[in-house]
Amino acid sequence: MTSYIRISNGKVYDPSNNVDGQIQDICIENGKIVETVPADARKIDASGMVIMPGGVDIHCHIAGPKVNLARKLQPEDHRHDPHPGTLHTRSGSGGTVPSTFATGYRYATLGYTTAMEAAVTPIGARHTLEELHDTPVIDKGFYVLLGNNIFLQQLLKEGRKEEFKQAVAWWINSTKAYTTKLVNPGGDEPWKGKKNSNVSDIDEKVTETDISPRQIIDAFIDAVNELGLPHPPHVHCNNLGHSGNFKTTLETMRTAGDRRVHLAHIQFHSYAGEIGKNPGSAAREIADYVNDHPNISCDVGQVMFGKSTIMTADAPLAYMLRGIAKGKWVNADTECESGCGIVPFKYQEHVYVHAMQWAIGLELFLLSKDPWRIILSTDHPNGGSFMNYPKLIKLLMDSSFRKEELSRANQKAINKTLLPELDREYSLNEIAIITRAGPARCLGLSNKGHLGVGADADITIYDDQQDKELMFNAPRYVFKSGIPVISNHEFCEDHTGKLLHVAPDYDESIVDSVRPFFENYYSIEFDNYAVDDSYLHDHEIIPTINQ
Amino acid sequence: MTISLSLHTQPDVPLEAELISPDKLAGLTTAEIEKQTVEHGNQKTTIADFFTVAGEKSDSLVLEGDLSKIKHIGSGMSFGKININGDVGAHLGTAMSGGEIVVEGNVGDWLAPEMLAGRVEVKGNAGHMVGSAYRGSPAGILGGEIIIHGNARNEVGHAMRNGMIVIGGDSGDFTGVNMLAGTIIVLGELGIRTGAGLRRGSVVCMKNSKLLPTFSYSCVYQPTYLRLYLLYLQSLGLGIREEQIMGHYERWCGDIIEFNRGEILLYHE
Repeated sequence: MTSYIRISNGKVYDPSNNVDGQIQDICIENGKIVETVPADARKIDASGMVIMPGGVDIHCHIAGPKVNLARKLQPEDHRHDPHPGTLHTRSGSGGTVPSTFATGYRYATLGYTTAMEAAVTPIGARHTLEELHDTPVIDKGFYVLLGNNIFLQQLLKEGRKEEFKQAVAWWINSTKAYTTKLVNPGGDEPWKGKKNSNVSDIDEKVTETDISPRQIIDAFIDAVNELGLPHPPHVHCNNLGHSGNFKTTLETMRTAGDRRVHLAHIQFHSYAGEIGKNPGSAAREIADYVNDHPNISCDVGQVMFGKSTIMTADAPLAYMLRGIAKGKWVNADTECESGCGIVPFKYQEHVYVHAMQWAIGLELFLLSKDPWRIILSTDHPNGGSFMNYPKLIKLLMDSSFRKEELSRANQKAINKTLLPELDREYSLNEIAIITRAGPARCLGLSNKGHLGVGADADITIYDDQQDKELMFNAPRYVFKSGIPVISNHEFCEDHTGKLLHVAPDYDESIVDSVRPFFENYYSIEFDNYAVDDSYLHDHEIIPTINQ
Repeated sequence: MTISLSLHTQPDVPLEAELISPDKLAGLTTAEIEKQTVEHGNQKTTIADFFTVAGEKSDSLVLEGDLSKIKHIGSGMSFGKININGDVGAHLGTAMSGGEIVVEGNVGDWLAPEMLAGRVEVKGNAGHMVGSAYRGSPAGILGGEIIIHGNARNEVGHAMRNGMIVIGGDSGDFTGVNMLAGTIIVLGELGIRTGAGLRRGSVVCMKNSKLLPTFSYSCVYQPTYLRLYLLYLQSLGLGIREEQIMGHYERWCGDIIEFNRGEILLYHE
């Protein structure tokens, strides 16, 4: 049965189509936005309300083996935050790493309808797909970790670039991923072999393979661009969290030249100062470079004060942080084609480093000249839970609230940043860009992040309130693929959401090169490795530029 | 004046009764108490479905009957008194911060986990996890006292940080496991692996026991502080002999893996 809905009298913010707060009707037919609907369509009066496309989270950690490990590590987090079911939705548990069901529903209660899991080991893809299938409401996808893959590095060392590209395409197809993710490229393997070894410079040759992080990054940018993936390589630079790492970050961006690249949680990579000493802010240098280079996009990875869970494929970093947090922690996936570390953490206002991280994130937002390329994220749950997004939006939109929060943070840190001088306030239109239109464009999702004809009917309707935190915390309506999942602040229907992935073309003969490597070194049969289509459930293949 | 609840119908599955605590019931009339909801499996039921209520507006509760299927009684209580004339189920006095619970019978597992202050006295036996931390929490009880006249099972005082736990009979395995500080006194036999991961604090036992190899013998001495504790316990009617009060104790240091700052004291005949 065809379902028609007409939403009228609301103020529409649709930056992709240059609609900035005009009153417009939005019409929905069978999960898509259309020009008009018949007169007997269901009508929703959105007077006094703000209509935006559904939110898109470009970088979060919500499914897969490491997320599950973080859940298992913190039963106390769940006990204090149960997520009760409703007539239409299932129950779960919350905390900084909610259960799959709670993750989907909680994203929906913020008006987010798409989220991308940012780091999955290839061998964890099957598990991740099953968890994503159990993450309701939102559409989702994941980035596959290939930056510390011995086989691929071997190909690079031998200069077999064409085979490298084909192997990357094979790996993406075998895992049903959305793009490639590089985490501390080249650094995890030495660390797994020898305690405390890592790469500290982008041009340092990794002893085992004799190639540098720069060569790895360069090769991936080339390969992904040639394959025409909708989203460029998603890079977590080397030296995350170390003072003075902004130089590495700038070098990483320079490596890209004028080719597309996405830098993840760039706040964690914008520290001045000397290694081993307290960090300063290099937000100005980083923001200037990003502003001047339209080929670069990034998400901020804002730190929010309170409980978080450090969860990363950067195993040496987690090992370093466990000495600071002094509580429980875990390293895992050491046998996989990547690494993994988990450390429960708490960011505190009075601590110099934490206040500095918080301020640098906000500086980056406020110094950004092109909101389309500096995207809102907290690197959930690393900088804080995604449930902090409304508060973060208020920090950006309300400078007096920001000043108030600022006065409570460590002043020694705050005074070393530009933050006290920055009076910029984000407009609703800019918020719609950094939370919706921008990430959708960076991901190459042409049907998301806007309300033009033909777009997916993922729509959020907020009450227009003065307090932006309250406003973004409780949308009145959330439509997912045209289904009113939340109506008058209450869940009224469940929805599964679909998997977004790519399937780049590749030369089948690459399998002949990969197979012997598996037979010699892997503990899994080659024929059992690739994820078959039965794991896909509802899915959409986003075409590459060449398809 | 007291509020008395006597069980007239045994629940089929355990009843989640956080509500039975002076904090929640002290200000209510009999009729209001009867209408309070409790979770019976996935059903919402009322107190009157299971209990006959008498009395009102009092911070002293008296519970009658076999309550071994009633869980979470006195959870988070901060004042008043609960007398239980019979057996009672798990999670009694969870995270209580004041007041007193006296049980005439036996209690289930998880007695007063993560308690902050207050007092629990059990005349019978207790289950596993007396005064312990819930799984994943960094610390167990932060204060208060738990007196059990009978036996207790495994993991007594898991990760406790302060306060006192006394077992009149035997205790199970892993007594004082991962303990951070505080005092555990066992008058009967200890199980195996006492004080594994003990960081600070004292475990005292009146019987000899085989300890973990990570505990090292240091001396025999007469701890002065222990006399105060034992005299107090004697006044509560626990079987403390005069020679134990003035007696000599072997001091074992450990756990070595946690820097050797804790102690186990064994009565030296």
